[in-house]
Amino acid sequence: MVEQIVFILVSLFTLITAVVVVTNRNLFHAALALMASFLGVAGLYVLLDAGFLAAAQLLVYIGAISILIIFAIMLTRRLMHALESPFNSQWGLGAFTAVVAFAVMAGVIAQFWPVTPDSVTPLASRPEVSASILRGSVAELGRALVSSDAYVIPFEIASVLLLAALIGAIVVAWPKAEDE
Amino acid sequence: MVPLSWYLLVAALLFCIGLYGVMVRRNAVAILMAVELMLNAVNINLVAFWRYLSPERPVGLAWAIFVLTVAAAEAAVGLALLISVYRNRGSVVAEELDLLKN
Repeated sequence: MVEQIVFILVSLFTLITAVVVVTNRNLFHAALALMASFLGVAGLYVLLDAGFLAAAQLLVYIGAISILIIFAIMLTRRLMHALESPFNSQWGLGAFTAVVAFAVMAGVIAQFWPVTPDSVTPLASRPEVSASILRGSVAELGRALVSSDAYVIPFEIASVLLLAALIGAIVVAWPKAEDE
Repeated sequence: MVPLSWYLLVAALLFCIGLYGVMVRRNAVAILMAVELMLNAVNINLVAFWRYLSPERPVGLAWAIFVLTVAAAEAAVGLALLISVYRNRGSVVAEELDLLKN
C-alpha cells in the first residue's frame, strides 16, 4: 500500500513536470521543470531497486545535460521572450497523434500484463528477490560491461562515440575566423 | 504491490508527452528537451523489465547505461549544432530554418 502511494506520488511529480516542460512559454522555466522531471525518474529507479542507475541519472542528466541545455538557452537568448506562442500551428494535430499513440501503447500493455495489483498473479506485484542478488547487481553490471561474452564491444564503442561526439561538438560550435 | 504495467504506463505517458513536445514546440532547444524526456521514458521501461523479469542478469541495467551514454552524446552534439545555427541564422525557431525548402 505504502509502495503504491509512493509510486503514484513520484509518477505524478514526473508527469506534471514533464507537461510543464513541453507547455511552458518561458524556456528557462521549462529547463528547470526538466530537471525536476529527471529527479522524478531517478525516484522511479530507486523504487525499482536500481540505486546505481538513480545516482547515474542524477549525475549525468541533472548534473550535466540540464546544465548544457541551460547554457544553450542562455546563448540563444532572444528566444527566451515569452511574447510569441511556444507552439507551431499543428499543435492540435500533434496532441491528437500523442493521444492516439498513448492509447495504442496502453492497449497493448493492458493486454499483455496484469493492470490490477494482486499478490498471486505473476508480474502483478514486484517479485521478491533475495537482497544479495539486488546488492550484487551493480557488481554484476560492472563484470558484464567488461567481459568478452557480454557487453565489452558496446562498452568500447560507447567510449569512442563519446570522444567523437565531444570533438564533434567542439568543431561544430567553434566560431569561424570572420565572426570574431 | 505495484504491477509491472503501472511502470510501463507511466513510461508510455512520459514518452507521449515528449512526443507531443517534439511535434509542436517551435524552439529547437525545447525540441531537444522533449527528446530527453522520451529517452528517459525508454530507460524507465528497461529498468522496470530488468527488475520484474530478470533481476539476476543485468541486461536492462546495461542497456539503460548505454542509452544514458548516447543521450549525453546527443545532447552535446545537438546543442553545439544549435549554437552554430544560431550564430549563422540568428534564430533557433524550427520553422525559420527553411534553407533546404523549395
